[in-house]
Amino acid sequence: MQQEPVNMPSSTPPEPGPNDPKLKKKPDTLTKIILTKFFRNKLAVAGGIVLFIIVTMAIFAPLIAPQNPGDVEMDLLNRLAPPSTEFIMGTDDFGRDIFSRVLYGAQVSLLVGFLAMLGGAIIGTVMGSLAGYFGGRVDALIMRLVDILISFPNIFLLILLIAFFSPSVGLLIVFLASLGWMSTARLVRGEFLSLRQREYVLAAKTLGMKTNRIIFQHILPNALGPIIVASTLSVGNLIIVESVLSFLGLGVQPPTPSWGNMLQSAQNYTIMRDAWWYPVFPGLMIFITVLSINFVGDGLRDAFDPKMR
Amino acid sequence: MTPEMNTAVKSGRAQQEKTSSDVILEVKDLKKHFPIKTGILQRTTGVIKAVDGAHFSVKRGETIGIVGESGCGKSTTGRTIIRLYEPTEGKIIYKGNDISHLKEKEMRSSIRRDIQMIFQDPFASLNPRKTLGSILYEPFKVHNLHSEKERQEKIESLLEIVGLDGSFKSRYPHEFSGGQRQRIGIARALTTQPELIIADEPVSALDVSIQAQIINLMEDLQEEFGLTYVFISHDLSVVRHIADTVGVMYLGNMMELAPKEDLYREPLHPYTRALLSAVPVPRQKGVKTREKVVLKGDLPSPSNPPSGCVFHTRCPEAMEECKKVVPAFEEKKSGHYVACHLYK
Repeated sequence: MQQEPVNMPSSTPPEPGPNDPKLKKKPDTLTKIILTKFFRNKLAVAGGIVLFIIVTMAIFAPLIAPQNPGDVEMDLLNRLAPPSTEFIMGTDDFGRDIFSRVLYGAQVSLLVGFLAMLGGAIIGTVMGSLAGYFGGRVDALIMRLVDILISFPNIFLLILLIAFFSPSVGLLIVFLASLGWMSTARLVRGEFLSLRQREYVLAAKTLGMKTNRIIFQHILPNALGPIIVASTLSVGNLIIVESVLSFLGLGVQPPTPSWGNMLQSAQNYTIMRDAWWYPVFPGLMIFITVLSINFVGDGLRDAFDPKMR
Repeated sequence: MTPEMNTAVKSGRAQQEKTSSDVILEVKDLKKHFPIKTGILQRTTGVIKAVDGAHFSVKRGETIGIVGESGCGKSTTGRTIIRLYEPTEGKIIYKGNDISHLKEKEMRSSIRRDIQMIFQDPFASLNPRKTLGSILYEPFKVHNLHSEKERQEKIESLLEIVGLDGSFKSRYPHEFSGGQRQRIGIARALTTQPELIIADEPVSALDVSIQAQIINLMEDLQEEFGLTYVFISHDLSVVRHIADTVGVMYLGNMMELAPKEDLYREPLHPYTRALLSAVPVPRQKGVKTREKVVLKGDLPSPSNPPSGCVFHTRCPEAMEECKKVVPAFEEKKSGHYVACHLYK
């Protein structure tokens, strides 16, 4: 804002700024700015690439995997074979190819993680919007529910729920989603409370806009950033919870492979001592995936942060 | 603008303003108390008396300035007039109709077009996700004004009216400086062709040089469109420049209300005198500077205001009576109202 003359009447030409030839070319949308910032963060981009590779491999598992875990039930001749050109991650105690099972397991683990995140994000956004918009009693009620749910150890509740029903992938997603929306709800409520008082929202009201239009046009789009960041970071956590449950035998049931239940079947002394490849590869996949997701989430958070321009 | 040009440019609405000096807005004993809610059941445990007695009226085409230190309820007054808040007590009479308890639906159909607001923070008053074009398009859509082609033309001409380029409409707010954004905010307020504009500290977030530009723009627009302003500010010199009448608020109460010349020449209320003495004046030979009145203590809490006259805790001239009796807001001279026991 340089060289603005004092006392300039309104009829004279506008202040400099957007007249700069640099700016004249392209009107940058906010989304574009955020993406540019994200792509400047090397760690986040690396995480994104790794994640992309893992997801692609999971989707195309039937084309990549040498074995279909559904077909091979047992191959006693190749029990606990070390990694070789035939079995690049070795085989398990049933003689099944670990690489194939890791790929198919990725399908299950990622599906559970993403769908549970999506469900949690939707429930959380709706609950948070209701609390933040209506305030008063509704707000108090929803937030106390959140407080109660959040103060239970999640894993205990999940174990309890699964003990009542028979474990299945679909049910696991539903339970994870219905216990994973609280932090999103808090976040969205906070955003609503702050955005509701933002001057452009007040302006929309004084211009005569209807409430639902104000919410969908002015409040939600501006609350989307934090929701996306929190949801991304929660996928990593959900994958871990899924593998913990499967490890305890309460999640995905064998023979359907998941990273968690593969770790579970690897947890005996002889396998740990003689066949390091069996626990290491599924464990490594969990580690790499969650790490990548966290890098991406951190990158998104910085990109959405308006203070880090 | 010369007077001849004036008459040529002015619309019928503005013409009317010169001939009749009718009151467009009257605020009578306005109160806005915010409840303090605590506990699981959200019971009301107290109230914040943000506005506790505001009175004034504005004539068409004129400007009333409302001044006071931060937390005195001047912004709340503005927001209550435009019915972002529902008043607790008192009346807001716009063009002879009491709008103080209209439902939002009724507000939308009758008043929302007529009264607009200019906001303080140019960085918070524009949705960062929308282009200028769609920011200015929205009001047309909401009120179903003009044809599609006219809307686009109007958007460009509005941008030009506030001193920006019509081609800026495809740009986003973050590409503009504070002063330019404030111009965009003004353009948005003009979309519905309002008659009354509440300007809530419209220049206090801007550099001094830009302040002058925005004030000049607002004055030009007032002349061109016959606008009436409620100009809220803590800056006495800005108010002195733009206002016709000035109201001074303290802790939610209107303390003094007078035509600009009267108020600045002969402030009656001790609070007004203290405020005016705090305005820096360049020292000149032969001109006596005003005696400095420095107020003691802090602004009391509006949730527990002092008894009697709310100013008695800090007033240099407080008497015994001030602690007990609330002074009436009365006309002491023609057009000069004050709430103080010193004047009986």
